Amino acid sequence: MQTNQDNILELQNVTTTFFTKQGEVKAVDDVSFRVGKGETVGLVGESGCGKSVTSLSIMRLVPQPAGKIVSGKILFRNEDLMQKTEEEMRHLRGDRLSMILQDPMVAMNQLLTVGKQLGEPYVFHDKVKGSLQGMCIDLLRKVKVPAPESRVNDYPFQFSGGMSQRALIAMGIANNPDLLIADEPTTALDVTIATQVLKLMKEIQGETNSSIILITHDLATVAQICTRVLVMYAGRIVESAPIKTFYKNPAHPYSVGLIQSVPVLGRSVERLASISGQPPSLFAMPEGCRFAPRCDKAHKKCFKAYPPKTQLEDDHSAACWLYVKD
Amino acid sequence: MQGYIAKRILIAIFTIFAVMTVVFFVFRLGPADPVAVMLSPNATPQDAENLTKKFGLDKPLIIQYGNFLKNVSKGDFGTSFRFNEPALKVLFERFPATLKLGLAAFFVSVSMGLCLGILSAVKPDSIIDRLGRLLALAGMSLPSFWVGVMLILFFGVTLRWLPIAGRGTAMHYVMPTLCMSLYPIALITRLSRSSMLDALKSDYVTMARIKGVPEFYVIMLHAFKNAAIPVITVIFGLFGALMVGSAVVVEYIFSWPGIGRLVMESYFARDYPVVQIFVIFVTFVVVSLNLIVDIVYAYIDPRIRYQ
Repeated sequence: MQTNQDNILELQNVTTTFFTKQGEVKAVDDVSFRVGKGETVGLVGESGCGKSVTSLSIMRLVPQPAGKIVSGKILFRNEDLMQKTEEEMRHLRGDRLSMILQDPMVAMNQLLTVGKQLGEPYVFHDKVKGSLQGMCIDLLRKVKVPAPESRVNDYPFQFSGGMSQRALIAMGIANNPDLLIADEPTTALDVTIATQVLKLMKEIQGETNSSIILITHDLATVAQICTRVLVMYAGRIVESAPIKTFYKNPAHPYSVGLIQSVPVLGRSVERLASISGQPPSLFAMPEGCRFAPRCDKAHKKCFKAYPPKTQLEDDHSAACWLYVKD
Repeated sequence: MQGYIAKRILIAIFTIFAVMTVVFFVFRLGPADPVAVMLSPNATPQDAENLTKKFGLDKPLIIQYGNFLKNVSKGDFGTSFRFNEPALKVLFERFPATLKLGLAAFFVSVSMGLCLGILSAVKPDSIIDRLGRLLALAGMSLPSFWVGVMLILFFGVTLRWLPIAGRGTAMHYVMPTLCMSLYPIALITRLSRSSMLDALKSDYVTMARIKGVPEFYVIMLHAFKNAAIPVITVIFGLFGALMVGSAVVVEYIFSWPGIGRLVMESYFARDYPVVQIFVIFVTFVVVSLNLIVDIVYAYIDPRIRYQ
């Protein structure tokens, strides 16, 4: 187990709730995990399981006024972000702590040039040295956008999908952040471009030694660049494991299901395995384990109470009654 | 870009021509005979015939239309029956008063509407938002003739703070401006609020915050620039129509010597050429404003500019 000093980020029992007219929704429920320095952690789960809200909680940018982080600690560089003022947070964002949103086409302001948007992390953190235009061009060159000198004056709609995603990554890494959260950075891209983008992120990480949280629902992406995996289901982390352990020896039945539903090249199967049923409605969470209704290993206990987190081996834990010895 | 503007200008010219045609026929289809209105009660049938001939009213409608177009091409929009002067001149003599009032109302409504709209969107459900909603509801539902009369009653008659009619001092502007601005304020507030709310929820605004852009720039540079696009249509496009349309009512109530009151008087006097030039002029204003909007769009939105 790594010590506190090696952690760049540690979430302790973070709960983020949305107060809606239909009722309260705990989008992120009692989530704890840590990210080491220089580590790439994959956060996987189905759509709507709370991955994006988790990342917005870390940025303290949960949509207001409906959403609120109601409890927990978010330790970034051993300082609790929950105690920071809005102005202190603004200084961290885009500088030490950064994020890339999932759809580059809507994440960029269509009315401002790419260069203008790329320059913002420099301008608003007083990092402009020499020519701002030159810095933006260097940044585009870094993410391998061809002809950066002319491209810097283009508008986002003149960029292709892959180039937009690169430009967005460039905005995220402008100030070499300590932590970069990438929210499904490859979802909007086709496979070849996605691979290039992932390779690029890996390269940049090698240069800057940033930590990355990669949010995705695609296990193949995780396998390509992550060192550790967090599996999220219905607002909770159900398993945390190093990448090799996760693929060889998944503990939580949900993780097992996820891995089995990935097609493997060269292995022919009648029908690809899938997890039957639907995730629970956020308004009506089951009392016990949230996965129990869909789990083929579920027994009586699973429907009664939520299972505690069990440490299986170093750095591998799961929240499942199967591993609770009484 | 040049092609875009040229296309807009062609459409604008065609629209003005179409309106001119419709206006010409609609006024001549009316039952009242302008000659009868103009003549003094003791005029002879011979006088009536002379007058009819003088204005070319004895010829078939289609010939009258041909003459009308010929004259328009020379810049002659007919002679006012009432003043016996070119209709265009009559209109332009009264226009500065309307323009001044219109500009006053324009600045009041745009500044009030935008401020209220933006502040309401930035802090939904705050006191400003509630006030804005109340004002918008009132502005949308209260007709200006009623508001005008109530203003006169309250500030003019009961409190005696403001002059109730005429033009001269700055004080004379207060009530007509207020009366004229209420509806546009409501409209701009509602529109800019909803447009800003959408923009503030968007990913590019979240991305700007992620980059550490200060909130003021997030609101004004990222959100407002995007939100402004639909609002500009209303501000310029609808405005010409709104200003001139409500000018008719407001100028009549406050005895403002502008073209709104002129057209009411001319209408009652069956002074067709003046009413006609008024409608054509309003069309011209509205079409030109729309043309400006189209060009401003292209300036703001690079997606149009680069088409």
